[in-house]
Amino acid sequence: MAKEILVGKASDFKEGDKKIVPNGKNSEIGVYLVHGNWYAYANLCPHQGGPACEGLLMAKVEEVIAEDKTYQGMRFNHDEMHIVCPWHGWEFDIADGQAVADRKWSLRKFEVEVRGEDVYVLA
Amino acid sequence: MDLPTSDIHKQAVKSLDTTSLLTNAARQRDARNYASFPIVDVDCHHYENESISEIVKYIDDPVLKQMGMLYTGGGTGGQTPFNPGLVGYQDVAGRVTRYPLRKTEVTPGDDNHRDVHLSLRWMDAMGVDYVCLFPTPMLSLGLHPQPEIEAALAKAYNRWLLENITAKEERIKTMMYVPFSDPEAAYETVQEFGDHPDVIGFMIVSVRYHAVHSNAYMKTYALMEELGKPLGFHSNYNWNDRLVGNSNRFLVTHALGFTVYNAVHLCNWVVNAMPERFPKLKTVWIESGLAWIPWVMQRLDNDYKMRWSEAPSLKGLPSDYMREMYYTSQPMEKPDNLDILKTTFDMINADNQLLWASDYPHWDMDVPSVIYDLPFLDERQKHKMLGGNAIDLFGLDVSKRFPNYKPA
Repeated sequence: MAKEILVGKASDFKEGDKKIVPNGKNSEIGVYLVHGNWYAYANLCPHQGGPACEGLLMAKVEEVIAEDKTYQGMRFNHDEMHIVCPWHGWEFDIADGQAVADRKWSLRKFEVEVRGEDVYVLA
Repeated sequence: MDLPTSDIHKQAVKSLDTTSLLTNAARQRDARNYASFPIVDVDCHHYENESISEIVKYIDDPVLKQMGMLYTGGGTGGQTPFNPGLVGYQDVAGRVTRYPLRKTEVTPGDDNHRDVHLSLRWMDAMGVDYVCLFPTPMLSLGLHPQPEIEAALAKAYNRWLLENITAKEERIKTMMYVPFSDPEAAYETVQEFGDHPDVIGFMIVSVRYHAVHSNAYMKTYALMEELGKPLGFHSNYNWNDRLVGNSNRFLVTHALGFTVYNAVHLCNWVVNAMPERFPKLKTVWIESGLAWIPWVMQRLDNDYKMRWSEAPSLKGLPSDYMREMYYTSQPMEKPDNLDILKTTFDMINADNQLLWASDYPHWDMDVPSVIYDLPFLDERQKHKMLGGNAIDLFGLDVSKRFPNYKPA
C-alpha cells in the first residue's frame, strides 16, 4: 500500500504553485497545482539526477509558421506547462512527466489526493 | 527574487546556494563511495569577469592598465576594451537557473577569494578532489583584434590567478592561459609561469584563426615539451563565425562550434606531424565531447591514404597519433545505443587517454556519474577515467587527500 505524505492545505496553493516535500531521507517529491489539476513528480531528473522540481515552470515554446510555411516568430503556449530541470534545462510536460525532447524519458509520477482541505501525495 | 519566465508564471525563486542545488550530486557521491578514490576534474570554470577590476591592476603596460581600470571601474557605457564580445545565452534564457541567480549566492567575507569558496562548494558536493580551473569570458579572447590586449590581459590574469586563487587552495590547479595571438608573448608566458607548481600545463583557446603549425610557435612547443607539461586546446563557440555561427539557434552554433574549432586544430596538428616534432609533448583536447573523434579519425585516415605526399612526416595513420592524445569527456554524448559510446571509448583508448571533466558551473556540465554509471566499464576503468589518468598525465600529488594512493 502506498505511503501517504501530507503536502499541506489545498487553499495554500494558487495556480502555478508548487511545494517540494520530503519522501524519506534521500529524496523529495514536487507537488504542483497547474490549470486546476494536481501533479506530483520525483525531484530527480532522469538525465543526470538534477533536482528537476526545483527548477522553473515554463510554458511550451512554439514556432509560429504561416500557411505559406514562413517563420513568423515564437510564442508561449500556456496550455502545456513544462517543469525545467535547473541543472541542464531538460523540460518535462507537467501533464505526464515526459521529457518533451525525447518522451521515452520521464520524471517518476505520483498520485495526488485531495481530501477535504488536505493534499496528500501517494508515494 | 523574481525570475521572468513565461509571462503568466513569473516565479519567485530562492537565492542560489550551490551546496543545496547539488544535493542530488552529493547523494550520488555517497551512494557510489567517491571518497574511496581520487577524482580529478580537468576542466572547470570560474567567472574571472567578476574579478576583472582586481585583474587589470596586474597589467604591466601603464596605458592599457589605465584603460582597464577605467572600463572595469565605473565603465563608460556598454563597451569594454577586453572582451571581444560573444552573442549567446548558454543558460537557455534563464532555464539553467544558476546563471541568473549566480550573484545572489552568499560567500563568507574572509581572506579566501569568493571563487575559492564557490569552487570548493561544488567540488565537495560532487566528490571532486582536485580541479584544473579555467576562465570563462576570456575563452573568446583569441578573437580580440588587438594581440597586445590578449597578451596583456593573459599575463595579468595568470599572475592574479596564481596569487589569489591557486595559492590559497591546493586542490585548485590550472593550465596557464597562453596568449596565442602574439607568438612572443606566448613563449614568454611559458617561460614566466612554466615551472610554477600550480601550473599543470598550458591552455590555448581554440576559437581563433591562427595556424597551430606556424613556425612562430615552434620554440614555445619545444619549451613546453622540455618542461614536461601538457598542452591543452580548450574549445568554445563563436556566433560571429561565418560558418559555424551560420545558424539562428544557439543549439547549432554551440553543437558545431565546440567541436569544429578543435577538429581543425587537431587536424593541422597531426598532418603537420607535430607529434613527430615534439614526441614528448602531450596534447589534451578540451570540451568538445567525444563523438567528433571517430569522425575525424576516419576522415583523416581515408584522405591520408590517398594523399600521403601531403603529410610525409607521419610514420603511422593519423588515428594512430590521435589515439595517443588525451580527451576530456564533457559534454559526453550519451546515445541510446551504448555500443556507439563503447566503440568510441575503444577507438580513443579511453582506458588511458580519457579524462573526466565537469565544466561546472557551465550549462552543459557533467557530474562524475556520467562515467561511473556506464555499464561497460569495470571499477578500475572508472577510477582511471575519473582521476587516475589525470593524476598520471599531470603528475598530480594527491598524497594529502589520498596518502596511500597507488595508480590503478
